[in-house]
Amino acid sequence: MMKITGAEILIESLKKEGVDIIFGIPGGVVLQIFDALYNEKEIRFILTRHEQGAAHAADGYARATGRPGVALVTSGPGATNTVTGIANAHMDSIPLVVITGQVATRMIGNDAFQEADIVGITRPCTKYNFLVKDVNDLAMTIKESFYIARTGRPGPVLIDIPKDVSEARTDFAYPEKVSLRSYNPTYYGNKWQIKQAAQAIARAKRPVIYAGGGVILSNASGELKELAEFNHIPVTLTLMGLGGFPGTHPLFLGMLGMHGTYAANMAIHHSDLVIAIGSRFDDRVTGKVTEFAPKAVFIHIDIDPTNIRKNIHVDIPIVGDVRNVLIELNKELKASQEERDQCIRERGPWHEQVKEWEEEHPLAYKKGGKGIKPQYVIEKIYELTGGNAIVATDVGQHQMWVAQYFKFDKPRTILSSGGLGTMGFGFPAAIGAQVACPDKLVFNVAGDGSFQMNVQELATAVINHLPVKVAVINNGYLGMVRQWQELFFNRRYSGSILDGTPDYVKLAEAYGAVGMRAKSPSEVEGVIKEAISVKRPVVMDFVVDPEENVFPMVPAGGANSEMVFGEVSKEEKGKAAGKKERKGSVLPA
Amino acid sequence: MQHIISILVENKFGVLSRVSGLFSGRGFNIENISVGTTLDPSVSQMTIITQGDDRIIEQIIKQLNKLIDVIKVVDLSEKDYIVRETALIKIHTSRSEDRSEALRITEIFRARVVDSTPTTYTIEITGDENKIEAIINLLRPLGIKEIVRTGKIAIAREEMKAAAIQEGKRIRA
Ligand SMILES: Cc1ncc(C[n+]2csc(CCOP(=O)(O)OP(=O)(O)O)c2C)c(N)n1
Ligand SMILES: [Mg+2]
Repeated sequence: MMKITGAEILIESLKKEGVDIIFGIPGGVVLQIFDALYNEKEIRFILTRHEQGAAHAADGYARATGRPGVALVTSGPGATNTVTGIANAHMDSIPLVVITGQVATRMIGNDAFQEADIVGITRPCTKYNFLVKDVNDLAMTIKESFYIARTGRPGPVLIDIPKDVSEARTDFAYPEKVSLRSYNPTYYGNKWQIKQAAQAIARAKRPVIYAGGGVILSNASGELKELAEFNHIPVTLTLMGLGGFPGTHPLFLGMLGMHGTYAANMAIHHSDLVIAIGSRFDDRVTGKVTEFAPKAVFIHIDIDPTNIRKNIHVDIPIVGDVRNVLIELNKELKASQEERDQCIRERGPWHEQVKEWEEEHPLAYKKGGKGIKPQYVIEKIYELTGGNAIVATDVGQHQMWVAQYFKFDKPRTILSSGGLGTMGFGFPAAIGAQVACPDKLVFNVAGDGSFQMNVQELATAVINHLPVKVAVINNGYLGMVRQWQELFFNRRYSGSILDGTPDYVKLAEAYGAVGMRAKSPSEVEGVIKEAISVKRPVVMDFVVDPEENVFPMVPAGGANSEMVFGEVSKEEKGKAAGKKERKGSVLPA
Repeated sequence: MQHIISILVENKFGVLSRVSGLFSGRGFNIENISVGTTLDPSVSQMTIITQGDDRIIEQIIKQLNKLIDVIKVVDLSEKDYIVRETALIKIHTSRSEDRSEALRITEIFRARVVDSTPTTYTIEITGDENKIEAIINLLRPLGIKEIVRTGKIAIAREEMKAAAIQEGKRIRA
């Protein structure tokens, strides 16, 4: 067998794993690896302008496709720059493989030039990480990394490769199999527990499904829909779960939690059965946890046992892959058709009640006035794309407006930083998604604050012909911070005013992208239409009402049943309520 | 309530840090930790003593199991188990009456003098916490120079077959 270098082993192994794209930035200790990439036909290398951008782009790639995203960076600052991206992926259970160069093994620990203990630094924010000390371990390490990243509850894995390891030569054979005696995720739910769950569902008079990112990760949206439709159960989703159940479905209540809909929060509050699926009772979802569904029995389906009973008492826990469990649960429920018909009839009043809540406080905002309402921009993007777009968001008010006003019908179409809440995520994530899905329309709805955190990636989009459409919701503020200061700190806008904002149109043009601006509501539609028609990266500057707030809202620490609403006229409410598209009746005939 | 958790882990570098990092990162406390080898050189054994209500202990055990390098976790507190710790106690013994007193105490506790100089004895004692605290209290008036303790290790008592129990074969030292 011919001996090849560690660098070549790395590239060959990545190919065996089906990797087609790597995001990253080179440096001293990874020169050997980059040399092995030169002229490589099967793997496309995308040079980002910041390593955080590379990590988020890999993350966006993974969210859009379900395949692990790969980033490759140098040691020291290159590695530390990826940490936010890694932590972000960790919180949202996104499969990433991040490859960092390291100083030569004999130099490790000597404070060598560009040395950082990246394995130590990322230990708490990776699913697992490796320092490869011997080139003979490299292929197996890569095999294990991809296996760990994509199986069980997915997550980021980091491989730290010292310079001498990528230079050393050895025989290469990619391992066929991998097995780790200490890592055995549970994929199939306990049969008895599933039976219990089916019985509880059949008995429930006021059931609600509360589903999260686990539905997306396990590709279970079909099974979720079947569960909801067959048993006529209303569904609410977390931010991470959006797209896991059709946003236009008559059984869909909208998102729940801090900025969720009134109907979703009230339905949970009054329910007698909460079916939690691939969701983890995050504090932004539950509000005051003791007031979360106080009368309900809880079923909790999750692949990660640590999620179960972490924040809330669960009556029927089912550990397993969401999709597998739902398949079994659906089978179980279908066995008793008659019983089910009877139950569903008894649930009539519940559906009536839910409908009342929907009409009482639909998502609505105050229209009119000279300025552009940010919600209007989101509605228009939804309308003009027909919902056929991948939308990456940043973090802040605009993110919540996307979650509220864009009706995601399909999984893997909203890319949003849920757990870590990372400003600056959206644009590089959109780039990653666009690389993965060249034929799809990819939007980044950005905050003006967030966009400036990774704006340098405009160069990446332009050079690589990635026609991402950035819609900057320009309110001149770190809007979400300002909102809290308005509501809870007596309008003392400390540190939240974004003075010195650049001219986004000129900025886009400076990078060779297209810049456009809308200053009044009448210009919004034209700008979006044109942006969609241009086959280049576009930055749209939507100068919006600066002090618009996200409503409804549950103040921090409050109970979800005590929501605060914005000022909306009766008429607007009525219109919004009527707008909820009902593709058929909720109740069985 | 105090729990003694016994953990089998891959004997790899960084594993101790993963385990201790889990405790610090999630705000669980470690009252005692000890690490040693096992019959299988690729596996290490950790004993951790921690405090918490049922919910916290359940989380600790689940979180430990979730670590990729953890092979097995057992909460010994749910079983019958034996805990031991060894202490090395160095005392001042310049006066001869102190030396004889020290030897007397050592004998009572079935401890051993493992090093002696004209002015000091070093006493080795193994036992449970009560025993070690008791000998320390008795030696204190003589003047303790230094104490080093191993931290606790624990093992489950072997379950006996019914017949053996009837014959009363269990010997408890
Ligand atoms: C990296 C990072 N720093 C700080 C925060 C805290 N934070 C949350 S929302 C927000 C304001 C975001 O402003 P912008 O991007 O303009 O969005 P807007 O709320 O105005 O829509 C800030 C600073 C964060 N989430 N992420
Ligand atoms: Mg803003």
